[in-house]
Amino acid sequence: MTQPTPSTLSIWKKRVVPSSVSQVGTITKYELVNYFRSRRFFVLLIIGLIISGLLTALVGYYRPESFLSSALNFYSSWWAGSITFVIILSGIFYGGDAISGEFQNKTGYFLVANPLRRSSIYVGKWLGALMASMIMLGVFAAITIGNGVYYFGLNIPYQLWESLLFSVLYLIAVLGFTFFFSSLFKGTSMSILVTAILFLFAFNLIQTLVEGLVKIEPWFLITYGAQIIGNVLVDPYPTTRTQGFGRDAFTSYAATIPEGIAILLTYFLVTAVLGLLLFEKKEFT
Amino acid sequence: MSSPSIEAVNLSKRYGSFLALSNLSLKIEGSKCVGFLGPNGAGKTTTLKIFTDMIRASEGRALINGVDVHLNKKQALNSVGALIESPEIYPALTPREALSMVSDLRGLPRAESRKKIEETVAEVKMSEWLDKKVGKFSKGMKQRINVAAALLSDPEIIILDEPTTGLDPRGQSEVRDIVKDLKKKNRLVFMSSHLLNEVQEICDEVAMIDHGKLIVYDRLSNVTARFSADGSNSVEIETSKDIDDQTINSNIASFADVSSVERLDSRKVRIHFSGGFQNQERLLEDLVAMKIGLISFRPSSSALEDTYLKLIKDTL
Repeated sequence: MTQPTPSTLSIWKKRVVPSSVSQVGTITKYELVNYFRSRRFFVLLIIGLIISGLLTALVGYYRPESFLSSALNFYSSWWAGSITFVIILSGIFYGGDAISGEFQNKTGYFLVANPLRRSSIYVGKWLGALMASMIMLGVFAAITIGNGVYYFGLNIPYQLWESLLFSVLYLIAVLGFTFFFSSLFKGTSMSILVTAILFLFAFNLIQTLVEGLVKIEPWFLITYGAQIIGNVLVDPYPTTRTQGFGRDAFTSYAATIPEGIAILLTYFLVTAVLGLLLFEKKEFT
Repeated sequence: MSSPSIEAVNLSKRYGSFLALSNLSLKIEGSKCVGFLGPNGAGKTTTLKIFTDMIRASEGRALINGVDVHLNKKQALNSVGALIESPEIYPALTPREALSMVSDLRGLPRAESRKKIEETVAEVKMSEWLDKKVGKFSKGMKQRINVAAALLSDPEIIILDEPTTGLDPRGQSEVRDIVKDLKKKNRLVFMSSHLLNEVQEICDEVAMIDHGKLIVYDRLSNVTARFSADGSNSVEIETSKDIDDQTINSNIASFADVSSVERLDSRKVRIHFSGGFQNQERLLEDLVAMKIGLISFRPSSSALEDTYLKLIKDTL
């Protein structure tokens, strides 16, 4: 039998597979390159700019009291009223088909046969989606603050920074959730559709039903936890209140900040672990 | 350094009640090209996917250089370049970027990476497309880049699943030449294919599989000899001038070990002979000595086809 030549031997001996952390970085880098080159990043950016542009024009033209009565009210109406929608859109755009696309479009076949763990692919893609969404969030925040500074000067309430932090936490949880659903399905349309229906309709509907009919605190819903993004911009911070008596009583629930953080973190951790396990088990048949 | 090896140990794979692979045991070792043959659904791609951890075996183990692919994928696949089915590359990336990603994932030194990418892309004749987006490529062009990705890290083991799929005749020929070059570089190539003449042309050994079971694994010449009707091998020769009947019937047919001679056209003849490589070598020497203008001498493509059809039919 012939033996490898010295030159090839030296190449094989020299080469060491990079650490998983380094491979995660590589996947993230090329995921971002792919996003920036593809239409979806710019479509989402344009949607964000349209929302910001509409708000800028409407507030500038109509000067609504709810926006302009105080700096805190301004940020509460502007930021809290629209950022969850922007985050959900980011989740759908970047997470909806992130994993299922690897199966349906067969791009996973190009990656998986290399010496890297599947978890590195999952985490790398998740970080890529997070970074692309953070750019989106940053642009939206910059326009919001720009308008706020125009109307109220540099007196930016500290609650806005808290709300920004909670928005990032919500984004992390939403992306964890959408990646989980993306791992669950092999078809991209199904995973995108289910994610969109859940976040745009189902969660809100369930929350309304649970609060109104079952009359229990919807602590198990991610959208309930996300209310801290808006609640923190209300002074004083809203609390759970019951109006009316007997059968007509209606309780308006408000998650406290620790509760909201706990709900969002739990959603992220549980769905990230489940999504990762699903991707590890899933077969490229 | 030990020789490269691929080993399936009692490998089985079930999809529900369907048994795609049944207790496959196969050890391929050394620098050579092994053709992996079988009908559709025989379990070829399933086997190759288990060796690249794209699917998991229901039972048994897949070892590369003695390392279990499932338990230690990073180490096992470090020395492997693989092309399974026809992967898609992110359409927004260029071949340079896609191959840079593979290069980074495999830890190729940055200083060498750029040069290596350009060399490998040149090998698959795609240099002028190096910085164009993959999304605009035809299926054949993408497959060329996939071949480049499999070869990029100079792997000592190359696993190819029907690598010429989607390629035009020139592309197929170029891929065959690449595989032949890999053999010269002392690599182990394990390649599935439906093209028997392709396997006959470039492979040293052949493994046949049907209904998830290994039917035979041996040297190509041994397989064709063992399973041919009269235990013979055959070669096809071509000459630069017409061969007359007397040369065929009296001279060639009278050589030791030659059982029959068949005229294909005025310059092509198929010779059936018994025995293995030694007899084949002697036959070639005798033909050259005849000075009949011999310009081609190769194992008959129908020998492997006959063997394949006989074996596959026999398992039905």
